[in-house]
Amino acid sequence: MLRLEKRPSPSRGWTIATPVLAVVLTMIAGGLMFAALGKNPVEAIRIIFWDPLFNMQFASYARPQILVKAGPLILIAIGLSLGFRAGVWNIGAEGQYIMGALAGAAFGLAFYPSESPLIFPGMIIAGALAGWAWAMIPAILKTRFRTNEILVSLLLVYVAEKLLASAATGLLRNPEGRGFPGSRQLNRIESMNNPELIANTGMHWGVVVAFIAVIMAYVLLNKHLLGYQIKLAGQAPRAARFAGVKPNRLIMLCLGTSGALAGLAGLFEVTGPAGQISIDFNVGYGFTAIIVAFLGRLHPVGILLAGLLMALTYIGGELAQLMLQIPAPAIQAFQGMLLFFLLAVDVLTNYRIRIKTEGVA
Amino acid sequence: MKHLTKLMAVSALALGFAAPATAQDDPLQVGFVYVGSIGDLGWTHEHNEARLALEEEFGDGVETTYVENVPEGADAERVLTQMALSGADLIFTTSFGYMDPTNAVAERFPNVMFEHATGYRRDYPNVSTYSARFYEGRAVMGHIAGQMTESNIVGYIASYPIPEVIRGINSAYLHAREVNPDVEFRIVWAYTWFDPAVEADAAQALIDQGADVIMQHTDSTAPMTVMREAGAIGFGQASDMGQFAPEPRVSAIIDNWAPYYIARAQAVMDGTWESTDTWDGIGPGMVGIGEMTDAIPEEVRASAQALVDAIASGEYHPFTGPINYQDGSQWLAEGEVADDGTLLGMDFYVEGISGDVPN
Repeated sequence: MLRLEKRPSPSRGWTIATPVLAVVLTMIAGGLMFAALGKNPVEAIRIIFWDPLFNMQFASYARPQILVKAGPLILIAIGLSLGFRAGVWNIGAEGQYIMGALAGAAFGLAFYPSESPLIFPGMIIAGALAGWAWAMIPAILKTRFRTNEILVSLLLVYVAEKLLASAATGLLRNPEGRGFPGSRQLNRIESMNNPELIANTGMHWGVVVAFIAVIMAYVLLNKHLLGYQIKLAGQAPRAARFAGVKPNRLIMLCLGTSGALAGLAGLFEVTGPAGQISIDFNVGYGFTAIIVAFLGRLHPVGILLAGLLMALTYIGGELAQLMLQIPAPAIQAFQGMLLFFLLAVDVLTNYRIRIKTEGVA
Repeated sequence: MKHLTKLMAVSALALGFAAPATAQDDPLQVGFVYVGSIGDLGWTHEHNEARLALEEEFGDGVETTYVENVPEGADAERVLTQMALSGADLIFTTSFGYMDPTNAVAERFPNVMFEHATGYRRDYPNVSTYSARFYEGRAVMGHIAGQMTESNIVGYIASYPIPEVIRGINSAYLHAREVNPDVEFRIVWAYTWFDPAVEADAAQALIDQGADVIMQHTDSTAPMTVMREAGAIGFGQASDMGQFAPEPRVSAIIDNWAPYYIARAQAVMDGTWESTDTWDGIGPGMVGIGEMTDAIPEEVRASAQALVDAIASGEYHPFTGPINYQDGSQWLAEGEVADDGTLLGMDFYVEGISGDVPN
């Protein structure tokens, strides 16, 4: 008989081992799925995990692209992880990401065709503020009226998507675009461009800021009183209250920070890789970042690695579609398995498995 | 257990080393980038059908590949680059939003030919654009809708307020009004190309407003399901949607890309490919009209067929004056035909349609 026995404290070893185990299990289950689809599982797994990094035909292009794809995921996930640790569930990062991009782009385009070097910094501030403000809506509703921030933040994603569609076809539409939706190409305008900082590395300001966010979050959580309060509020809300943590202040802070970082991610994306406001500008980074945050155990370094891994599966997944004609939904299912197995094996962190002979139980 | 592991390892190795069979005389590598899923039964489905037709046509002479559900923007640029790196000779990018990525990647791969659907930018000599004159099909659907409606209210599920969609609304309305002066159009903007739930809601809202004929410029079959329950009729969009015939689907506008894809692949093989801008309609077969079912009275079917023939032969253009702007001022004088430039940038309603183009 297998029995689960709660550990007195979470196992440190398993905390590190479970993500690795989850990846291995995903490879096995995913391989079986690919085999069931009539594809060579070994080749599929190799294309997804190995080729983007080491296949000479693709690697020189794919490696930098991993950074480009991971940048926004890491930036958003870092913000989310602070709230998740404190038990504040911001599910609406996608909306905050959109609002950051919209506000930033609107700020820049308002000054078009000015060449002022202050425009890009202004756009960054506008993007962060808009993301922050969008997250303040669920924060204020929660602290004032006890509404559920999960629902409010999630539903605001749909509102943001409508605003995006409206802006792309109206307010921010390129006046020289023959009536087609979409703004001007921001990454072709010198004063609004978020360029690749070092050629062929994929490194743009968004990636730099994501790395800085990782370091800041690490310092905050390990060296700062606020970080201690965040952790305490999540683990023992009552104790936190006795320790002088003000829950409302913490909610505002966590939602605000994650909103601002998501807004920044949107701004860097719209001025760099995406290049313009378009109807379908958002591609789900805000939601994928939730997976990244958990895959990274809500730990800054873990999130950094998880973001890179997730980006790898995206880029490798596209290669697998291209080379083996594996359908896109199968790739998405594969990515979904990653989170599923992570949560499933997570049980090993908090519980240990005991084998008992029958009768005793 | 040990045995099984060994068996699995051996079979895995065997599979891993089985190199893909390659044809001897270097087949033409053709890549396709899709915005939706090949199972959408609409826009992407038809592009994929044409891809299969291309394979059918050339057999071992071509090898095709595709990537589906590719978001427009940065992801598209990456997919296109990887496709070019993997050795594609000809790449079809099948959504408007791929316009900038297509041109950006074309610049870096001058030896790969790019074909961008529904766009207008050909910045490099290795980029062509192509689209279909769907408004010709809309004219026929409008002609049928105008005569089929009993409530005189025709519902229209529009996607985004872009020239392509507005052109379709105008064309359908003009030809509905021609046969039924009392007809009214009710337009719902869904702000999506494919979202079954939203499309179904839109169809229901139109039916609640009294529409008994519904036209759609969105790709899912969800509105058809709603129409079937409510007893309304409609038209297949992008693909035939024949599974809903004879009612609610009474006819369809079908995108038929196969002839174009075959011709362009042939051109690359012959070395005669060059950058072109193609805008074909019913005549060359890029726009097909799905079978008109018995639900349509025979004389209406006959007059609709006459309209199809007149458009196909070039004898009639759906935007032939007199046509006024919405405010009543003149757009086209008697007998005047709209020029392609105006049609491509169409951002206004014609006289008789109520409401404003969302802005």
